[in-house]
This record gives sequence, C-alpha cells and structure tokens, in this order.
Amino acid sequence: MSRPVPDFYQSLTDLAGKAIKDRDLGNKITIQVGSATCEHAAGSQVIAEEFLRQIRASGRKDIVIHRTGCTGRCSREPIVSVQVPGRLPVKYERVNRDLVFRIFSEHIQGDAPVTKHILDRTSDVISERELMFCEGSRCRRPGPDFRARFIAMLKERAVGPEKVRVVASSCFGSCGVSGGKASTFILARPEKILYQISSEEDLTELLESHVLLGLPVERLKAKEEPIALEFLERYGDVAFFNHQSRIALRNAGVVDPESLEEYVALDGFKALSEALDRRDPDWIISELTKARLRGRGGGGFSTGTKWGLARKQADTTRFIICNGDEGDPGAFMDRSMLESDPFNIVEGMIIGGYAIGAQRGFFYIRAEYPLAIKRIQLAIDHCRAHGLLGKDIMGSGFDFDLEIRLGAGAFVCGEETALIRSIEGERGQPKVRPPYPTDRGLWGHPTCINNVETFANVSAILRYSGDWYARIGTERSGGTKVFALAGKVVHTGLVEVPLGTTLSKVVNDIGGGVSGGKQLKAIQTGGPAGGFIPASMQDMEVDFEPLQKAGSIMGSGGMIVLSEDDCMVDIAKFYMAFSQEESCGKCTPCREGTTRILEILERITLGKGQPEDLDKLHRLSRLCQRTSLCGLGRAAPNPVLSSIKHFRDEYLAHIHDKHCPAKKCVALIHYEIIAEKCIGCTVCARNCPVECISGARKEAHVIDQQACIKCGNCFDVCKFAAIDRV
Amino acid sequence: MSACCSSTDNWPELERGYRAMLPEDILAFIDENRQMDRSESMLIATLHMIQGHYGHLGPGHLEAVAQLMQVPLAKVTGVATFYHYFRLQPRGKYLINVCLGTACYVKGAEKVAQKLMDELGIRYGETSKDGIFSLESTRCVGTCGLAPVIMIGDEVHGPLTPGQVPTLLDSYLARAAEDLAAASAPEAR
Amino acid sequence: MSQMINLKIDGESILVPEGTTVMDAAEQIGIHIPRLCYHPDLSLEGNCRVCVVAVEGFDHGLASCATKAWEGMEVQTNSPMIRQARRDIVELLLDNHPKDCQTCDRDGHCELQNLSYRMGVRERLFEGKRKQFPIDDAGASVVRNAEKCILCGRCIRVCGEVQGVFNLSQHGRGFHTVVGPANLAPMDESACIQCGQCVSVCPTAAFIEKDHTERVWEALSQRRNGKHVVVTTAPAIRAALGEAFGLPIGTPVTGKMVTALHRMGFDSVLDVNFAADLTIMEEAHELLHRIETGGPLPMITSCSPGWISFLEKFYPELIPHTSSCKSPMQMQSTLVKSYYAQQKGIDPKDIYVVSVMPCVAKKFEAGRPEHVIDGMPTTDAVITTRELAVMIKSYGIDFHRLPDSVFDHPLGSSSGAGDIFGATGGVMEAALRTAAFKLTGQNLGNVDLTMVRSADGSIREASISLAGKTINVAVSDGLQNAKILLDAVKRGEKAYHLIEIMACPGGCIAGGGQPYPPMGTYTLNRDLTKARSKALYKIDAAKTIRCSHDNPDIQKLYADFLGEPLGPKAHELLHTHYTARTPRGIR
Repeated sequence: MSRPVPDFYQSLTDLAGKAIKDRDLGNKITIQVGSATCEHAAGSQVIAEEFLRQIRASGRKDIVIHRTGCTGRCSREPIVSVQVPGRLPVKYERVNRDLVFRIFSEHIQGDAPVTKHILDRTSDVISERELMFCEGSRCRRPGPDFRARFIAMLKERAVGPEKVRVVASSCFGSCGVSGGKASTFILARPEKILYQISSEEDLTELLESHVLLGLPVERLKAKEEPIALEFLERYGDVAFFNHQSRIALRNAGVVDPESLEEYVALDGFKALSEALDRRDPDWIISELTKARLRGRGGGGFSTGTKWGLARKQADTTRFIICNGDEGDPGAFMDRSMLESDPFNIVEGMIIGGYAIGAQRGFFYIRAEYPLAIKRIQLAIDHCRAHGLLGKDIMGSGFDFDLEIRLGAGAFVCGEETALIRSIEGERGQPKVRPPYPTDRGLWGHPTCINNVETFANVSAILRYSGDWYARIGTERSGGTKVFALAGKVVHTGLVEVPLGTTLSKVVNDIGGGVSGGKQLKAIQTGGPAGGFIPASMQDMEVDFEPLQKAGSIMGSGGMIVLSEDDCMVDIAKFYMAFSQEESCGKCTPCREGTTRILEILERITLGKGQPEDLDKLHRLSRLCQRTSLCGLGRAAPNPVLSSIKHFRDEYLAHIHDKHCPAKKCVALIHYEIIAEKCIGCTVCARNCPVECISGARKEAHVIDQQACIKCGNCFDVCKFAAIDRV
Repeated sequence: MSACCSSTDNWPELERGYRAMLPEDILAFIDENRQMDRSESMLIATLHMIQGHYGHLGPGHLEAVAQLMQVPLAKVTGVATFYHYFRLQPRGKYLINVCLGTACYVKGAEKVAQKLMDELGIRYGETSKDGIFSLESTRCVGTCGLAPVIMIGDEVHGPLTPGQVPTLLDSYLARAAEDLAAASAPEAR
Repeated sequence: MSQMINLKIDGESILVPEGTTVMDAAEQIGIHIPRLCYHPDLSLEGNCRVCVVAVEGFDHGLASCATKAWEGMEVQTNSPMIRQARRDIVELLLDNHPKDCQTCDRDGHCELQNLSYRMGVRERLFEGKRKQFPIDDAGASVVRNAEKCILCGRCIRVCGEVQGVFNLSQHGRGFHTVVGPANLAPMDESACIQCGQCVSVCPTAAFIEKDHTERVWEALSQRRNGKHVVVTTAPAIRAALGEAFGLPIGTPVTGKMVTALHRMGFDSVLDVNFAADLTIMEEAHELLHRIETGGPLPMITSCSPGWISFLEKFYPELIPHTSSCKSPMQMQSTLVKSYYAQQKGIDPKDIYVVSVMPCVAKKFEAGRPEHVIDGMPTTDAVITTRELAVMIKSYGIDFHRLPDSVFDHPLGSSSGAGDIFGATGGVMEAALRTAAFKLTGQNLGNVDLTMVRSADGSIREASISLAGKTINVAVSDGLQNAKILLDAVKRGEKAYHLIEIMACPGGCIAGGGQPYPPMGTYTLNRDLTKARSKALYKIDAAKTIRCSHDNPDIQKLYADFLGEPLGPKAHELLHTHYTARTPRGIR
C-alpha cells in the first residue's frame, strides 16, 4: 500500500508476461514481417497475407506471424525474418510472392534456408551460433585484441563457420555494468547471453564450453543485459546493423508497435515506474543533464537544462510537446520511431511531463504520416486503458494526458514557436524569441518542446543512468544519434551510431560506400538548414560542434551522400528552392532574401551568372543568417554558403566558363554521338522525344543540337556508351 | 419607432444553413470542441476532417467552419492557404504526389515527374481531363530508401523509372474503370 | 514598483525599468532606431526586421521593438553589419515593390519611401521578379492594392486588436503571401466595416481610401452648367486639417478651411456641426421617448457609419436598440437637398453635395440605398480630410496665409454641443446636455461632462440624476471596446439607458480619413487624439451657446420646416433603418 507505483508496475508486467506466455512463441516458428510506411510501400502487407495463406494451407499450428515496425533497412525491404526456436534467425531481403513460397516450402517446411536471398548475404553458410564482440570505444581500448585471439583459437582447433561465426559489433552500451575492469563484452546468440571477458583463459573457457559443448559459462555472464539485446539477437549478424548502437531505435523491428504487452515485456514503462516511485522530478532532470542528452531536433540544446528551465517557472500550467513535424527532405527518423516503437515515445513524454510538472502533452505529427498518427493514437488509447495516462498515473497521483495535433504541410512548423502557433490553430508563423517557450509557450504558459528522438532516449537513460548514456557519446554530447542515410549510397536506411562516430564510418562501413562505384564528393547533413561536408573531411567526428564548424549542422539527422555526378550549385539550388518554398513569409530577409538567392542560383545554373553573383549570394546569405526572425530563415543560406566555401571552383566554372563540371546543369551541357562507338542500332533515335537524332540503320547517328532539348533519354538508353555528355 | 426585437437576428437562419453544409460527424466534432476551452485551436483538426470527407476545402465549407466554430473567416482561409496539405480545389480520383525530397531529387524524380506530365498532359496542381488524376509535388514522404518515389493515393511506388510510368498509370485507370463498372452494375441489373 | 535594469547601448550605460524594450531604451539616450512594422499601439511582431540590433552573445540580430532589455545586456544599434543589414532589408522590400512613387497616393507620406531615403538605398542590387496582384477598388470606401503591401501586418493587427473585426489575414505563404479579407474577396463582400483604420496604419499605399476628389473637381467644373455645389464639413476636420499643412497637432483651422473651400469655388460652405445639433435634438427626444414607453433600452447612438456596419454584420439583434437617427452627415445632406434648396429656390437635382469627413466609412454610407431619394443620392461625394488637403494643395492655395472666414447660412451654425461630436464621448455629452434640459426644464449648471470624455481608450460609464431619474450611460470608442460593452449588456451584467459607440479609437478625430501624422508619430497615438480633441473642446468652451436646443437656427428649422422633433416630417427626413447583413462577422 505504501508503494503503489511498484505494485502497479508489477501487475502490469504480470499482465504482459501472461499475455506473452499465452502466445507460447518460444516453441513456435516466428515469421516476422515489417510493418511501417516504407515496408508497406515495398509490399510487406501482401507478403504477410501470403504467408498467412501458406500457414493455413499447411495446417501447422506452430507457425505464427509477428508484425513489427521498421528496422530502417530501407533499400532491402520488405524484410522477412524467420526464427526457428533454438536457431539463429534468418533474414530475407526484398521478399516477393515467389520468395514467400520458397521460404515457406524450403526453409520452414524443409529446414533449408534459401541462402541466396538472405539479407546482406556474405556467405552461404548458416552458422549454428554467433559471437558478437563489442568494439565500442571502451571495449576497444588498449589491451589484448580478444576478437583476433578468438579467431586464431578457432583456426587452431579447426572450428568452422558452420559451428560459430565471429562478428565485430559497435558499442552495446554495456559499459555501465563493467565495473571498471578492462574487459570486452561478447554477445552469444542465439542464447542471448552477454559475456564479459577479461583474459585469455576466459576466452578459452568460452570456446570450449559454450561453443563446443553448448554449455553456458555462468562465471563469465555479465550482470546486466545490453539495452538493445533483442535487437542484436535478431539483427546482429548483419553488417549494416552491427556497426550501429541502437538505443533510440532498440525496439524498432523488434516489437509489435501495436502491442503494449510486448513493449512492457521489453522493460517498457520500467523507467516511468521508477521515476514516479521516486517522487522526485529533479532526479529525472539531473539524470538527463548527466547524460548530456542534447536536443535531437537539431538545436542541440541540453534537454536536462530545458526541462529544468520549465520546471522553475512560477506558472504551474505547463505543457510538453513532442515535435514530430519531421520536414527535412530526406529525413525519416521520426516517422520510423513513431511507427515502430510508439510506446517508447509515449513513455518518454509522460516522464517529461512529470519532470516539468505538465498537465497536458501534445504530439504534433505531420498529416503526411497517417500510420504514425494511427499508431501513436493506439498507444495513447492503450495507455489510457491501462492507467498509464489520465488521472493518477500508475497510482502515483500524477495526472497527465496526451493528445495528437496534426501538422498540415509546413516545414516551418518544426520551429518551436511556429509549432506552438499551429497547435493553437493559427498560421504556423514563428514569434520573436525571447521569450522562449519554456517561459511563455503554448497559450502563454511554460512549454517544453522536444524532438521525437529526444523522447526516444529518455526511458533508456533513466533505466541505465545518465552516466552510462554520457559514456557512449563524446565529451560534449552523450549517447547516439539516428541518421537517415540516403542519396548515392549502397545501403540506405536508418543508422544509429554513437556521437563521435566518423562520417566515413557511417557512409562506408554502414552505408557500404557510394553506389555505382562512383567517387564520394560530399556528405550533406542537416537538410535544408545544413551544409556540405566535402569528401576530404569525411573523417570528421559526427557531433554538433564539429559539423557547425564545417559550415553544416547536425540537424534532425538527414544525411545525403553525394557523388561526383552531383553538381553542388544544383544541389544548393535544390535546397534553396525548398527553403524559399517553405518560408512562412513573415519576416523580410527570409521571404525576400531566399527568393533573390534562388534567382541568382537559377541564373548561375542557366549559364547566365555574373561575376558579382558570388558576392551577392554571400551578402544576401549573411543577411538572412543575421536578421531573419527564426531558425529556418537564419539557417536557409547554409547550403549556399557551405557549398561556396568548399566548392567555390564549381561556382566559378559555372559563372566564368559556363561549364558544369558534374555535367548536371542542363543548360550547360549537350549530347554528342561518338561516331566510332555508334553501331547505328537506332535505339536513341526511337527514344528521342523531339526526333532530333538522325542516321541510317547501322550507321553512326547525329544529334541536331538546335532541336535537342537535352532530356538525356539517348544517353540513358544507349547500350554502347556511344553518347557523350559534354 | 423600432421594430420588435428578435426579428433582426439572422443567426438562427444562418446557423441552419451552415449546419446543412457539413456532415453529422464533423458537426458533432465542432459542437464537442465548442464546449472546451480554446476550441479555436481545433481549427486545423476540423479542416483535416473536412478535407478527409470531401477531398478538398470548398468556400462553403470554410464559411460554415468559421461560423460554427466562431473563428473569423479570414483566419480560416488564412490558415487553409498557409498549409500546403490543404487543397482548395476539388481533385481527381487519384492524387499523384511526386516526392521531391533530396533523395528522390538526386535519383531523378524530375524525370519521373516530367514523364507523368507528358503522359497526363497536366502540370503540378492540375487535374487530368477525365478527372481521374491530379498531380502534385510533395516534400519528402519519408521512404528515401525507395527513391525516386511517387505516391498515388495512399500507396507509395518506387524506385520508379520514367519508363515504368505508363504501365503504372494504366493500372490505376483499370482500377478506376472497375470501380465505375462496380458502381453502375447494380443499377444495370 | 518595477525593478530597474542596467544595460549598455552603443557603449553608453543606461538604467531602464524592467520590461522596457531595447527600442524604447535607445530612445532614452536619443537614438531613434529605424523601424517599419512597429506600431506603438499594436502588438509587437518584429517581422520587418528593420529595427534589428546586435546584442552581445547572439550571432544574429534581435528585433529591438520586440525584445525586452535584460540586466547586463550590451547592444549595438549601428555596427557596420547592422547598418548594411538594415539597408539591405529595405532594399529587399523595394525590390518587390512597384516603382511608381511619383504617381502613388502616398508619395511624400510613405514610410517605406522615407525609410529607404534614410537608409541610403540608392541602387537596386538584388532586383528580380515582383509580386503581382489585382487591385481591389470595387469597394465603396477602401481600396486594397496588394502589390504595394510590404507585409508589415499593421492592418491585420488594427482590424483585429483594435476593431475586433478580424477581417484581414495573410493568405498563402512565403513570397506569395498576400494580405486581404477571407478568400481575398472584394472588401465590400467581406466582413469589412469600412472604418478605414487599415488605411490609417498602413505605411504604404496598400490600403487607401476610394478617391472622390476627381468627381468633386468634375462637379465644380459643372457650375458653369448650373450645378450648385455645396460642401459641408464634419466637426473633426477643423481639428486635424492643419496637420496636413505642417501646423502643430491640435491647431483648429476652421476659418482657414472655410476660406479655402470658398476659394476653390464651392457655392456654399456649410457645417455638419449644424446637423450634429439636429441629431442631438432627435436623439435626445428618441431616448426620452424610449424611457417613457419602455422602448428597447439601452439605446445606442448611430452617428458612426463604421459602427452601423459593425452592428449590421456583427450584432444585428441589437438593431432595435440602435437610434434610428441618420448620421449628422446624412441629416445635413438631406436638409441641403430639401430645406436649403427650398430656401435658396434651387431644384435639388441641381445641387451637388460634397461632404468632407474624417471617415472612410462615410463613402460607403453615402451609397447606401436608404440614402438615395428618387434615384438621387443625398450626399454626392465624400472626401476625407486627407483628400481635402490634397485638393487644397493642388489648387495652389497657400493655406498658411489664408484669412479666416465663416460658414454660409442656413445650415452653417452650431452650438458647442455640435462641435464636440468629433471626439469620443462628444455625442453623449451633447445628448445629455439636451436631455437634461428636456427633463428638468433648465440647462445643467456645468455642461462640461468630463466623465464621458476620454483620452486613454477606456470604456466610460456614468450615471446622472435628472429630475429624480437616474440616467445610466456608457461610452466606447474602438469596436473591440464596443464588443466588450455590448457583450456585458447582452449577458445582463450591465444596464444602461444610452450607449455611445464610435468605431474609431478616439472617435472621429482619429477616423480613417484623417491626415497621416508627421513621420515618427502614429495614428492611434493617444497624445495625437488628445491634442485633436482638445481643439474641439476649446471651440466648445469658447461658445456662448453650448446646447443644441439653444441653437437659434435649429429652433428656426423646427419652427419653419420640420415641426416637432420625432414628428412626421422629422421622421421622414431625419431617420433611417438598418438591416442584418452578411457575411456575418464573428464576434
């Protein structure tokens, strides 16, 4: 009676435990199908239905379909994972109807995985078990290279890959439990055991007992589990994932986003229960401050400080808002988190509400994200039904409720004062700051606005401590950051890495490098408010300050890889067009300035640039930066300034030589047929929309330059590389 | 000297007219919100409902919302024109949204868009003559891994090449024809 | 007591009360930071960015108008970066603005023009495309020209915050943003009540009044064909016209004004103040009649056409409460085309009545069908004080050197009660002076009823005991105030016999048609309205006849022509009716 919150939490976990137990998944074959917007787009719904049909047709009762959110492995979707009890899960990529049939008949019915279609397949061998060596910065510190030693031991004893596979993995985030000993963490799968190895003897025992005999070594077991245990268990063998450190995304692709029970079973609401039980909001704020958690929306402001500021206000009517108005073109972290692990975000918000003393919280989500809206609503409804929202949450006496407000297609609403206006039902135009929302925000009351990803980290920090989180990142910024990796990169998708990871590691090790074997030219971070990091600086560590120093920003996490084929003036123009289109129109420099900057960039890409244009761009850009009312206007010129800074030559080539080095700007290129290479197949002539290519069959063709509209069709369709873009 | 009191009040009559312009669920939503503090903050949510119901926001809808929510009409139209998600013109059966997010842009979304324009004979913001397709561009739909993508209705298609556009459009035309046939079939019998 | 704060502006230490903006603090040490969207009587938006200053610790400028000073703040108002930024911001506004200063209505009075000169914008570095919108000049009173709009948002703020009409909003966004009524509909098809406050706060010519000067020149030119052109001036004109000629604010110029109008060739120069006295006669009798018969009370005055439009669109159920008296302008014009015509032996069809008004809504009022008799409008043209000044200047009259002269007769005399109509509370004061006489049989000992006068924009209430009866009254100016008052009455919290409502804050002397104040002074400024109304009260105080019923010409008019107040003839000529109108305003 004296401790209602732990009692409440206990009954919640009992309830969840029973529900999970009733499903008896431990003895069943699980077919896991992703269910998020991008998975749906790739056809996952059809796949799931097809599996269901197969299961019914087979009459087997020991096969179930498990729907989860998205792992963030976008370019290989839909992804299907088949988990047979006691075995390592097998993931298939780009699954279609035919493959469903093969997976079902060969793998599930016939016990022979369809190795050709395994996700990021590196070998045809299906290992019995796997050992993942944590290579986070703390585990990798000077000392014996346990992984190399272990591989050598395997070789000595001729233990092959069918028995065990050894994998290097990014930080498990287990450092907090190491107790200061120099040691390395190893995750053994499929047993899901975390070992802590400090000596060669430990390694030997691990090999002899666990690997060869299948007997777990109790002595070496770590005291706690890594936060992303379930994730690692399911996806740890894939290079794309095991170079990541998943905290915010730990449940993405693991839990059924519509199941409260599954979330609770993964220690969901444990952090909330502890926070409420302590009856000490300041403890939450102090943990976040220790964690050095900084706003993941791009501002990088300390979350602990922000919450502390709101908490200190005399006005006790307070609000907390989750900013899910993810608007950067090329960013989809927030959508994925909202869709794949909604309860985690809800938990983060309730904790935030308690910390600052708010009564109401709002999810502000883009209307373009219907699935995210649906899942958050479902999560809110479940939480209300289970006493996790509403009056007297978890028996603690804390009253708090959440509601969703929809965005309606305005990038500027990601700016906090504009977002507040939008929630108030107004045109989303920013207001002058100060006063900051923590002083006077929604309806004039203290308001905290945090990004989705910020909330996604809160429960983990409270469970594993602020110090633990701080150790994962850099001196100035704790923890991890999620990036949406896209553009000219082999593997596109969601990447969560410790702050301080190098850009190169993200792009090359995780992203698999530039697609098509092209040269890396630059990495764009921060979306339209960000800038370009040239390839020469790819060893830069990802953190707020270094990026800003290089003329870019962290932003909310968009990361676009640009190759030698991309024209920097053209890309700068693309971002400027976006900012100009999204300018709210309230203040002069942004409304008028972005328009003029765009006009100049358009002029340059059309080959009509004037020598003074660079100065004008610079002057207008500085004007926007220095005098715009809100962050959108102040950051809008960043792509222009950073591209001028790092790629001035390209601008000069456009302006002075009327030449586009990347051969991208249509007005500055033309197509020619190389007579020696042309075999006269006529394909180009047939595909020319303006019929400007002439030539007899089996003779070299010619392009009429006057008539050519430079659409590039001929270039794309020629199989003999006989068309030259100059 | 003066006519009697209530005859000059046009509100009951106006209110009847405005209520007739919106469906029941939206009226109920508005009425419910009117009971709450700061009910004007539900304006955007109400506009979403109307667009969800009618596909666009007509002048009459906006007027009815203004009057029934007691929010100045200028504010309502100011809000409706600020947010690009809101459409003030009716649109075709299928809305095609070309994603012009960065990933799609660098992977050739413009060429796909051009092909769509050529095939449909319309530009952004327009509706095809048969009333089946409307073409819009949108900022990132968040499926960058599939770039370049377009959305037709709620469905995302990608990665697309210009060459795949005609087949894709044909599949929707066939669907539209099926729907039409299904709708007219009972009457035929 | 508010706390004091130390800050440094341009190196100079200064102590200001907490809550002072940086702009105001700078003013204290004699630095006038350039500004554009700022208006001292409206909310602070900080959107034009002209007033940016550099503040230590910020890598971007802060809008000094909207930033409150804090302890230890260090401000630079004129760093090289800030100076160039200001110049560039103004240029960016010009780059998206028509290049037609010489032919623009605001030439010489334009805040943008003035600012661009002061900021030293001498060349256009960034010119490109310019916004293009059609001009809406279909309205009777207000012309909207969005191409001249610089999106400062003052009109939106005044329309909502001061007038409670909320008829204007930005539409679209970014470069395509445009200010207008809902759906960018024509002004007269919107909830606009034509008060013209948007015109008076607009820094450029994005909102201007509908021009009637050309038709006045045309009428004057028709005198040779027998047209008899009468001009009649409202009470508030004489208190503000001088400003247009550089005279100090609050200089009464009645005599010069009359002389100028004579010089311009008007056949007769009459005074609407006469009709103001007449309005009081009718209105006071109507009030007493209502009190006797229990007719709808409170009774609300009807002089302000902006208020009447507001009534019809926002509070139509209060139409029975509103006095049926025509406005003084309409009474005067009606009498010109009846009584005056009869006296002068001129066919009313040959008379052309020009009203000079401080008001933009009067143009709309003149066109109302109720005021068209036999296909003939009673008022043919309404020019604002501003338009009159333009006409005087274009005629080449040296206003300063004009001798004084007096109004013509009949319809040219007035009591002090008629004179104070131009200030908020004036109608109430005048009505009470006459009501007191009617109830007690004698004039008040002190006719200065200062409790209904105002200079600070607050709603005033008063109770006055007359012959054992207590008369409760209330006065409001600015329609947002009217809303507060009327809603309180509707909720039954307040019971009054008479309410005076003026649409414009300060009354007619701050009407939408008054001269643009000198650069650096703002319309709505209470010092400005105070000075102008002081001029009117001075005129009143100097008169021997200070009550409408004592005006011998009024007595003669009733005796010779109208009969009794509220009598059949008076009713036919001096009273009107109102109708509920759409679009209905949101209150």
